[in-house]
Order: sequence, then structure tokens, then C-alpha cells
Amino acid sequence: MSILQAIRMALVSILSSKMRSFLTMLGIIIGVISVTILVSIVQGTTASVSGSISDMGSTLLTCTITADDPPDLTLTDLTDLEGEGSVDLVAPMVSSTVTTIADDTTYSTTVQGTTPSYLDIEGISVADGRFFNEVDLEYENTVCVVGTDVAENLFSTRSCVGNYLEMSGKKFLIIGVLEYSGSDSSGSKDDCVIIPFTTAQKLLQETDITEFYASADSSDTVTTAQATLEKYLYILTADEDSYSVYSETEVLDTIASVTDTMALMLGGIASISLLVGGIGIMNIMLVSVSERTREIGIRKSIGAKRRNIMSQFLVEALTLSIIGGLIGLVLGKIGIIIASIVMNSEYELSIPVALAAMAFSMVIGIIFGLYPAFKAARLKPIDALRYE
Amino acid sequence: MISMHNISKTYVIGGEPLTVLQSVCLTVERGDFLAVIGPSGSGKSTLMNIIGCLDMPDEGDYRLDDLDVTDCTDNELSVVRNKKIGFIFQQFNLLGKLSAIDNVALPLIYQGISPREARKRAVAALEKVGLSDRVRHRPNELSGGQQQRVAIARALITNPSLILADEPTGNLDSKSGREIMGMLHELHAAGNTIVLITHDERIAMEAQKRVYISDGILTQERGGDGI
Repeated sequence: MSILQAIRMALVSILSSKMRSFLTMLGIIIGVISVTILVSIVQGTTASVSGSISDMGSTLLTCTITADDPPDLTLTDLTDLEGEGSVDLVAPMVSSTVTTIADDTTYSTTVQGTTPSYLDIEGISVADGRFFNEVDLEYENTVCVVGTDVAENLFSTRSCVGNYLEMSGKKFLIIGVLEYSGSDSSGSKDDCVIIPFTTAQKLLQETDITEFYASADSSDTVTTAQATLEKYLYILTADEDSYSVYSETEVLDTIASVTDTMALMLGGIASISLLVGGIGIMNIMLVSVSERTREIGIRKSIGAKRRNIMSQFLVEALTLSIIGGLIGLVLGKIGIIIASIVMNSEYELSIPVALAAMAFSMVIGIIFGLYPAFKAARLKPIDALRYE
Repeated sequence: MISMHNISKTYVIGGEPLTVLQSVCLTVERGDFLAVIGPSGSGKSTLMNIIGCLDMPDEGDYRLDDLDVTDCTDNELSVVRNKKIGFIFQQFNLLGKLSAIDNVALPLIYQGISPREARKRAVAALEKVGLSDRVRHRPNELSGGQQQRVAIARALITNPSLILADEPTGNLDSKSGREIMGMLHELHAAGNTIVLITHDERIAMEAQKRVYISDGILTQERGGDGI
């Protein structure tokens, strides 16, 4: 008896009780839907987060000094670092939350003090006006560049160059507005006010440099640049626990591993419903075996061997799980499309996930079909024929 | 053809052993038409199950076409039933989900014959029993007589050495019953070996030889040569 013949028999039997077959498959259907949707959403989120991070420039290095008594580090020291061992640009950073006031409007945001190199290190640009320059830095000019959120909240427009805003009692001339980035990740520069570093030191009464950004020559030399900075900071602080240098690639790796774990976990939870679906299949197959005891007896009396009966029930369980898996994939795909629209993101059903869900439901079909099939094959023809 | 020697079978029902067959000896020659007659509870169904290789005796030898059936495994018995025995049951025992043609073709499918060839032969077999216009019908769309004829077609399709009919007319009206008996006579005339199990003397009288079974003990007909 060929496998095609066995599949035909299974289909005849499945189609003869459609409602029951559908209910049997429901567990597998729900399982496959939840696996595909959950894993796809996690993967989609990972892709968008890593995407926005790599937009920020993969040559970026973040240096922090955490020592209780920060060593003397001046702007000139940082400028001297530029060009050393694959380090391209270096910009200090001092930041604080602040309330900005323009006319009668107030808005709470972050003020960041840095140098003109910061623009190139972060890979951002000014949409309107200009960024501050070395002269502004040297004379501690009270000028500022604002993000689009700040501009819109204070002036209800993005074109606010030439206006003044007030921070901690000082008036700042707005000389530029940053390009809108639209990213909602923490690295967004839409919600901040950037002022010259020297001005910020005065404003925030901060004399030490405890944080600075650097860029590597190219994305290939990030590790070299990182090593240069670590060596420099080690010499400076003489304590390897009191500084840290992060590269964007490291951050990316961390995020990737976190989301991978999350995908695995969610997939695992969803797989449990697949398992429950499998138990449903076993349950119905067992009922089906006792219901069809007479049929098994007739088949055996006209020459069906154990393996014929076995394969008939196994193929039936497998067919149920495959059809259930396919329905689940189709509904999962639809669910992903709906989720993309509702959550305004781009989620894709990945082929490996679809294949894995399919393979898993087939394995479930085999495992949970095996016992009922075995039970059916073992029936004695005489007992089976007598059964009413 | 069939050679049974000292066949015994005991069931344990409710802790009490119940001897259903007691040292039964039976010989059937090729081309015989033998009736086994007995009231219900006489052990005739058990005898028929053992002859049909659906059940195994506890003791004794059973040779079918020189094959020692008592030595066979479960799968070998399936092959024996498939190739050597054609069953005609009182309950017809057709598969309700399959059409007449698929029911008849099933023994061939289990032999590994291609579905196309099996169906071709099934159509021929259904033609022989006069049902060429009912090929696509399911059992519940056929009358009792027609269902039994489908069962006969299924029994004949593998050209078995033995046709085993268990009360074949038991569920039929007398007209259909006569038709089925007529068919058995035709099969006998064509050289088939037939064992007919019945409680009905009148039907048994149509057979060429008769044996009686009562309380598990087989006795031959007065002056007969059934043993």
C-alpha cells in the first residue's frame, strides 16, 4: 500500500467528520498562529532597534569616567587625542535636565554641552541655521541649537532661529535647529538643547569632564580606537574599574542577544500551546480508534497488516497536524499583516520561523499519533469484529 | 485443503473457564460445499473464526493448504486471510465511508496492487455479481441483498482457495437470501471451496456435505462424509 493511498484514506476519514477534524486541529492552529506572530514581532522590533542604532553611526565610542575623584581632563587633552591610534574626533559631553522658557511657554528637556565635533561624531546635521563653532566655544557664547521637539513645543514651529530661550535664568540665542530624526529610541536628538561646552560648564557649574564621545576613522578600526581610548583612560585614572568605553557594536550585540533570548522565550511559551494541541490530536485519535474498532476488524479480516493499520492512523494524525499547521501559518500571516498596520511597524513572517513551526507541528502529529496508531494496530481482528 | 485435528478453544468468562470447542476434527476437500450447522452458543462462530484465521485455537493442529496456521505470526495470518480466504459475513461488514468499488478493491490494495489496477478488477468483480450500475454507491445507498453481493465480490476478488460464509442470508429477506444462495451454488459449480456456517437446516440442506456442532462437539451427519 503506497503512502499516497494512505493519505487518500486519511483525507476521506478527516473529511467525513469536518467539524470534529476542525476542532481537533484548533489547538495546532492556535499554536502555530501564536508562535509565528510572537516571534515575528520580536524579530521585527529587533530589526528596527538595531536599524536605528546603526543609523547613529557604528564608529561611535562612548567614554565614561566613573571615578569618585575625577582626574584632571581638559578640552585640550581631548583635542590632543584626535588622530591618535585610529581615533578620529573627540567631543566632551555634559548634560542635565532643564526647564526651557520662551515667552510664557515652558518645556522640560535635556541640555547638552559639547564641542562642534559632536555633530560629525553623532552623524547628525542642522536643518535650519548653523551649529556653534570654535569661536562660540572660546567666548562661552550663550547660543544654542535645539531639536525639533523643543522648537515645536516652545514656538509651535520648527523655524525658530533668531528667537531666544531662557535656561536657569540665562538667555540663549537659537542659532540652529537640528534635522528631524523621527526615531523614538533613546539616542534621538529631537528632544534636546545643545550649547557650547564652556557655556554648559558655567551654566551647570560642572568643571570636570566625566563623559565624552569619540569616533573611529572607519567602522573597521573601531576596536583599535577603543583600545587607544582604554589605554589613555587607564594611564589617566590608574584604575581599570573607574572608566568604561562602549562601542555601538557592543551595544548592538547586547541588544541582539537580549531579543534573541526574548524570541526564544516567547516562542517557547507559544510552543506549549502547540504541545497542548498535540494532546488534543491524541485524544481524538484515541476516541477514533475505539469508535472505529469494527472498521479496523473488517480491514484486518480482509488482509490489512499491522503496519497498514498503524500507518493509516499515523498518517491521519499527521495529516490533521499538517493541515492545522498550514491553516495556522495562513492565519498567522494575516495576523502579522494586521499587527503591522495596528502597531505601525513592519513585521515579516520569516521563512525559518514558518518552517520551524510547520516542522514542530508535524513532529507533534507523529508523537501524539503514535500511541493511538499502535493501539489500533494491536487490536485482534476477532475482538475488533465482534465490537458493536 | 482444510485439515483440523483435535482443535480446542476455551474462554475464561467471569473467572469460569468455558470450553467452546472440544477436540474438533474437520477435513474439507478442495471443491467441497460444506455446511456447519448448529444453534447459537454451539461454538460454530468460534469454529468459523478459527477456520478464517481470525482466532487461534488453544490446542490442536490446523493446516490450510499445507500451511500450519497455528505457527503463523499476526502479519502472516493477515496475508493468509488476504490471499486464501474470502469472507461473507452476516453483517456484510462493508466499510461505510467507501463506495462499493473501493470496498471491493481494498483486499488488492493491501496486496500492494496499484489503485488503478485494483479498481479495474473491482469493476469486473462487481459486474460478476450483477452490480455494474451500483459501482459508485456507498453501502448505505444499497439494499441488504446488494450489500451482500458487494461483500461477495470483495470475497472473490483475490481468488481465494476458500469461501467462508457466516450466516450469509441471516440479515436478508427470503428473496434476496435465495439469490445469495444461488450465487454460492454458482461459485461451487465453478469449482470454489465453500464453508457455510448456519443455524438454518433448510439452508444447510442445499450444501453438498453437512456437519453438526453442539456444545463444542462436532458430529457428522448420519451417513454423511463430512469429517
